[in-house]
Amino acid sequence: MKLDKYLDRSLWVFHLNTGSCNGCDIEIVALLTPRYDVERFGIKLVGSPKHADVLLVTGPVNRKMLPRLKLIYEQTPDPKAVIVVGTCGTSGGVFYDSYNIVGPVDKHIPVDVYVPGCPIRPEAIIDGVLKAWLKLERVRGASASSAEKVQKTSA
Amino acid sequence: MSKSTYKVPIGPIHPSLEEPMTFNFEISGEKIKSIDLAPGDNHRGIEFMGRNRNIIQIIYLAERICGICSASHPFAFCRAVENAAGISVPPRAEYIRVIIAELERIHSHILWAGVAAHELGFDSVLYLSWKVREEVMDILEILTGNRVNYGMFMIGGVRRDISKEQIPRIEKTIEYYKEAYQKLEDVFLQDPSIAIRTKNVGVLTYEEALNLASVGPTARASGVKKDVRQDQPYSAYADMDIKAITPDMFSGKVNGDVYDRIIVRVLEVKQSVEIIEYCLNHLPDGEILSEKKIAKLLGILKKAEGEGVGRHEAPRGEVIHYVKLGEGESPEVWKARAPTYNNLMSWVPMLQNQEVADIPIVVASIDPCIGCMDRATLVDANTYQKQVLTREELRKLSIEKTRRMMQ
Ligand code: SF4
Repeated sequence: MKLDKYLDRSLWVFHLNTGSCNGCDIEIVALLTPRYDVERFGIKLVGSPKHADVLLVTGPVNRKMLPRLKLIYEQTPDPKAVIVVGTCGTSGGVFYDSYNIVGPVDKHIPVDVYVPGCPIRPEAIIDGVLKAWLKLERVRGASASSAEKVQKTSA
Repeated sequence: MSKSTYKVPIGPIHPSLEEPMTFNFEISGEKIKSIDLAPGDNHRGIEFMGRNRNIIQIIYLAERICGICSASHPFAFCRAVENAAGISVPPRAEYIRVIIAELERIHSHILWAGVAAHELGFDSVLYLSWKVREEVMDILEILTGNRVNYGMFMIGGVRRDISKEQIPRIEKTIEYYKEAYQKLEDVFLQDPSIAIRTKNVGVLTYEEALNLASVGPTARASGVKKDVRQDQPYSAYADMDIKAITPDMFSGKVNGDVYDRIIVRVLEVKQSVEIIEYCLNHLPDGEILSEKKIAKLLGILKKAEGEGVGRHEAPRGEVIHYVKLGEGESPEVWKARAPTYNNLMSWVPMLQNQEVADIPIVVASIDPCIGCMDRATLVDANTYQKQVLTREELRKLSIEKTRRMMQ
């Protein structure tokens, strides 16, 4: 995998907890701190989905958080990538048979990358973000070339 | 301006560390007049699910009540089941349990210290604390196989032994924390910048702490000498002489403010290191499980009947699990009471008449585990205007106040 072509801009991430056990969430924070330090790649947690390129979703989606999950998904500008972090968001995990769980996440919003593990290791999250990065570059590359085409044909 | 209320709908979900929870504040100018809490955003129906699973499956469910207290809940749950079924735990397992529980306390308190610094705007301290924390995550991974949700506990013992080769590695961690403790003390207790922002902020008096049944460091910082490890020694704690830590041990007096809560947690890191050292030096030989065969253990639990209560001093305070074993594999009743449930209401006296910019640090000061604010609604008592603040904005206010006070 050649990265130099892709790493052309930094990636901003919004983290959304839909009722997780916190295990995955603290690992996400651990990513920002000196041991893993993803900020050196330009990956940054942001305070509003409107600023984000990537949506990082943890948790099995409970009833109260479902409308918020959808809202936040809609508020994230396109092109975006959605990463589900943790087994409970991927499949329900240990919470699969609860009355209050309406997940998994991909039942409600489109998901690009799954990072299973209960909890995931920080390295796995970095890998997931990288995959999302590649997707975004692809989407952007495709739209750029189609824009070029449009320009050419109209010219 | 008209009296109509309006909302500023900025993200119901905040980007920070904790889970969602809604607060309603009524403010007059900069002062908070009243507080209302609306928890429930993180409800997963854990106890309901537990009633459809067998006891051993529940251990892993209990672990996932909270990823930060992932030794405390299984510890209390296993003790409840052992209490109900009359299973005794081999001494070696008791010591290993305590080692894991204390390692967890170190990780949890340092995590909290970083978050508290973050709320005040000292991000470099957040990074320093989390860097120090990685060492305990490493040792937990070496001992249990996982950084979070250790899967160590089993009815009647623990699942993994501590081997001879691992002991020098744990000793290294102990040395590391003895050194790091000095640094933590310097940064949090000797440095004036944290003190000016936290002294006399969010005060909880001794009486209030008693009336609201606060537990853990929140209660101890108000001078209530309450600690399950001291009041009702259990497991390997019974072999040690553990004293509840109150802030007067460091500063000579009890104020019950945020600063005192920092003192208690920092001192408890040191206490935990000492407990681990003791356990390591006195680790008995022998079995680590009372019944090795899971199928047989399940059979015993299936036949067992009765009620049991398990208590444990989690990093945030006393956690209680209650189980009633009846017919069949699953418990008839399973009830878990986490310490944050007790501590939630202590926010009300703490926040009364405080400034809006102090909300983040006061809220963080009880180390809320199951909840935190996803947003706060501010109602201005004079103009009846309603405003929804996100956590980011609140934090900004908090940082501005720190800057003001540093000048
Ligand atoms: S995947 Fe596991 S560790 Fe992560 S949030 Fe879900 S239950 Fe917790």
